Amino acid sequence: MARVLLNIPARAYPGDILVIRTLIQHVMETGYRPDADGVVAPRDILRRFTCTYDGEVVMEADFSPAIAANPYLTFTLTATRTGTITLRWQGDNGFDQTETRELVVV
Amino acid sequence: MTPRRLLLAAPALLLLPPAARASQEEMEAAMRAFTGGVTPRPGRVSMEISPLVENGNTVPLSVLVDSPMSETDRVRAIAVFNQRNPQPHVITMRFGPRAGRAVLATHIRLATSQTLLAVAAMADGSYWSDSAQVVVTLAACVEG
Repeated sequence: MARVLLNIPARAYPGDILVIRTLIQHVMETGYRPDADGVVAPRDILRRFTCTYDGEVVMEADFSPAIAANPYLTFTLTATRTGTITLRWQGDNGFDQTETRELVVV
Repeated sequence: MTPRRLLLAAPALLLLPPAARASQEEMEAAMRAFTGGVTPRPGRVSMEISPLVENGNTVPLSVLVDSPMSETDRVRAIAVFNQRNPQPHVITMRFGPRAGRAVLATHIRLATSQTLLAVAAMADGSYWSDSAQVVVTLAACVEG
């Protein structure tokens, strides 16, 4: 499991726009970079990030090798009702990690 | 080639063009693939990136689109393209109905000084763009 840093508010009022910050540990090997022996390291990147909340997709992102190592992403969502925020990263070599956080809307 | 010859040829080898690098045409082709052939109009999109980058390995980038994000008037997607990395595409972000604002922030790699292009796809079918010139002093090690 890759280490993940998440900054997600735990409570909100209906209609609030919440800023969500995510960071996941990953090398994002571009597939263009030769190692010390001059052999090009095979590509190993995250390809897709998906965030769902209240049963609907908040946003999804497609990454290219131009995304820096340890991909950092900030986006917003509109609080509607208490529910689970699901964050999912998928990538090369079968990488698939899901994190969930509960959001309480008062 | 003998080692001596190779040594003499070393300066010429340094002048060889880089193996893989996108071009202005490739960037525009990738952009047209995103817009479906439409040329985006400048405006409504503001891309924020430092004009002088000391380290191309992690460059903070943010894109903000001027949109109320209502049911009808909303941003469907934002895509960022570059001119001179090995691949012209950087990131595409598609927004669902739960997205609060059309904003994205991330860290990117830049192989060299170049122009970046951010394109926003609106729900009404229009496309808007913003571009930024970036000078990179230390390139990202994408090509070793």
